[in-house]
Amino acid sequence: MPNNIVLEMNNITKIYSNGVIANKDAHLSIEASEIHALLGENGAGKTTLMKVLFGIEQLTSGEILLNGKNVKISNPLEAIALGIGMVHQHFMLDERLTVTENIILGMEPTKGLSLDYKKAAQMVKEVSEKYNFKVDLNKLVMDLSVGKKQKVEILKALIRGAKILILDEPTAVLTPQETTELFEQLLILKNQGHSIVFITHKLKEVKEICDRATVMRLGVYQGTYAIKDVTVRDLSKLMVGRDVVRKVEKKPLNVGNPVLRVEHLKVLNDESKVVVNDVSFAVRQGQILGVAGVEGNGQRELIDCITGLETTFSGKIKLDGLTDKDTFNVKNLRKHGMNHIPEDRMVYGVAMEESIQENLISNRYDEKELNNGIFQNRKVIGTLTNDLIKQYQIKTNSRDTLVRMLSGGNMQKVVAAREMSTTMKILVADQPTRGIDVGTATFVHDKIVELRDQGVAILLVSADINEVMEVSDSLIVMYEGCIAAYFENIKDVTEENLGLYMLGIKKMSEDEIKGVYA
Amino acid sequence: MKWFKSKTETKHDITKEISNIEKRFEFLRIGTALFISLLLIVLVIALVSKDPLSAVRELLTGPLQTIRRMGNVVELAIPLTFTGLAISMVFKTKRFNLAAEGAFYMAAMASVMVAIYSPFPPLLTIILGILAGAVVGGFLGFIPAIIKHKFGANELIVSLMQNYIIAFFVQYLLNYVVRDPDSYSIKSYDLPEGVSLFRFITGTRIHVGLILLILIVIAAYIILYRTKWGYVLRLTGSNEKFAKFSGVNVTFVIIIAQVLGTAIAGIGGAVEMYGIYPAFIYTASPGYGWDGIIVATLARLNPAFVPVAALFIAYIRVGADILNRSTNIPPEIVTIVQAIIILFIAAKAFLRHQKEKKIIEKSREVADEGAH
Repeated sequence: MPNNIVLEMNNITKIYSNGVIANKDAHLSIEASEIHALLGENGAGKTTLMKVLFGIEQLTSGEILLNGKNVKISNPLEAIALGIGMVHQHFMLDERLTVTENIILGMEPTKGLSLDYKKAAQMVKEVSEKYNFKVDLNKLVMDLSVGKKQKVEILKALIRGAKILILDEPTAVLTPQETTELFEQLLILKNQGHSIVFITHKLKEVKEICDRATVMRLGVYQGTYAIKDVTVRDLSKLMVGRDVVRKVEKKPLNVGNPVLRVEHLKVLNDESKVVVNDVSFAVRQGQILGVAGVEGNGQRELIDCITGLETTFSGKIKLDGLTDKDTFNVKNLRKHGMNHIPEDRMVYGVAMEESIQENLISNRYDEKELNNGIFQNRKVIGTLTNDLIKQYQIKTNSRDTLVRMLSGGNMQKVVAAREMSTTMKILVADQPTRGIDVGTATFVHDKIVELRDQGVAILLVSADINEVMEVSDSLIVMYEGCIAAYFENIKDVTEENLGLYMLGIKKMSEDEIKGVYA
Repeated sequence: MKWFKSKTETKHDITKEISNIEKRFEFLRIGTALFISLLLIVLVIALVSKDPLSAVRELLTGPLQTIRRMGNVVELAIPLTFTGLAISMVFKTKRFNLAAEGAFYMAAMASVMVAIYSPFPPLLTIILGILAGAVVGGFLGFIPAIIKHKFGANELIVSLMQNYIIAFFVQYLLNYVVRDPDSYSIKSYDLPEGVSLFRFITGTRIHVGLILLILIVIAAYIILYRTKWGYVLRLTGSNEKFAKFSGVNVTFVIIIAQVLGTAIAGIGGAVEMYGIYPAFIYTASPGYGWDGIIVATLARLNPAFVPVAALFIAYIRVGADILNRSTNIPPEIVTIVQAIIILFIAAKAFLRHQKEKKIIEKSREVADEGAH
């Protein structure tokens, strides 16, 4: 067996310049013709380890052996030259170029000074046929679905001669149907002698397609296992240090009056393209309404309008007591009881260069209790922050620690602590657990359910199917700016069925959807 | 399981150590910058001077040799602190409005005009003149701010242009409105008897404007770090989108910071007139607004450090003037010091590698301790 080892990473330690230890003495060995899972929670250091391999990050210490030879990889070009390819979580594609142009970008065949498009098309066609990729090569990338874009990324790596292919959480953005298709593709690649590193935290998928798994936890190597020898439960214990299979506990549903009503909302983007099309729904007291959908189907624009960050739209949005569009700004919305956990926490959720304390009071700094006349009441603010830090288990020694010193999960706790601790009528939770560890995610889910049980209306947006299915009471699915489906009772939803609506293969009639607004 | 625990425990002990390392390197950067610039100056002096040793001594210790010279340092530090404070307030919001330069010059003229035409007794005239300076300054700060808000024109460019307009406008006022026709030199009518700030240290021209300045510095610090307005201002400067997301009226905050900041420069112009000069004699702007940028940068936009930075800049300037009188080395030599300091402070990469290495070492050390 050791003979067909193509890649070995030994004692890899990576410490970032802010002192965060991403990997400590990590190991990885990859064989030819295998699909190897790199398994770990968010923040376990999987992606960093692969960035080191792909030359994006430089290792602090350790060695990389490629086919038994010690190599130093200082940038992605060197990695590509060594036959390593990587497909990132966020695609690196030019939306305005065709598939062919994207794939050959940087290695274009030329005729004189101009691009030899015919030859390029030929090259791309050969590769895509060899691995049986079904993508329309002359389409613009912007017109492709997420699943197809991913294929373009994989082709990009293959045409550059990648023998080792790193896929960073490839299924996170896919529907169940697209995932199945991807897996078929990966098996073809494997049978042709490629090695695939499959970064994930989804154990089901590991069991389904991988040969071996390397588990990481908090940056530390936990071991490498043959999949056939271990159970899902074993892996989950290695990954999290305890059992993760756990259900969200909810009291019986007790729905009250609508708090937020959206009527015939229509939003155009900068290019006058309709991104939200005639969307109507209501969120009620004590109800968690989930919004599912593949990213980029209008969810972001919808939430921006509801939360007052975007004010150009047609249609009506009514928050309990606030209907006039002119007064529909963030400050007024907050005053009328809307709290918001934003999708992008780095940009909208925190001020990195300020302390935890400053970040925790940003939505209540002008409350009377926090001020002494014109001065801030530092004693009250200090007590409040200390309470929140304790209650939300933010790991820090001091409330004066700058937020940028915290891990992603703890940053999200800062956001959650702030947004969930004032009295509110509705909470808009946009991807509240993206990129954070299971422990924190469970914690946030529990808090959301707690608020719901107190009668707060919750609008939960998530690209993670498991999250919306587990936490929501009712569910709408968005596809191309429209509501494609409405499930009044979450128990009526199956994963496969949800996938069909998310992909736009199925769409409910207006009568079926009407219920979400009535 | 053991690892899990030890890691979470130690990881957060280290945040404090890391911020200490960061702070230490911040001082080191400024210290190194000062050292290198002084070294260069010594080198230049050694090249051109016949007696380099005493020349360097003049430069470095000259300002301390007499009360009058020490007075000169403080006198110069006063306008520098005003404009440094002004620029610090404006830059806090990440808006690079340089109207403070024109504001100082224009407000100086405005205060002189108030003094010349005022029918009121001296004390009231002084108060009116300083208020006029503040209003003129605030207004000049407002123009680039509102143009940016309404039309999206870059405030840096608008304020630079505005400074030229103001410079010529003030020269017009000097030559055609307030010029004293009986004087050979270009100067305004004299300020009326009593319209001057009391000088309270004999042998120097240090005036009560200094006390007003200290009050403003303290007020600026308290407002910025102890009130909710200061909190909002810092939040906006730190992450504008986040401030907006939190419900802050970001536009208002940004405009008001530019208005109030630049108004401080205006007060500075008026105080300088009443404190030092018997009449308006600036045929060109003294450029204290530009110097304010240097002071603000050196003080890292913290009002508490602005007077220190201003004193430092004033000190080396006075030193260079003294040097100029005893040798043939031009006082412009200090611009070398300033340029190098700004360069090193602005160059974020300077010493970064060393800093990161230190942080990584520390992290590893703590992690290894935790592992055992």
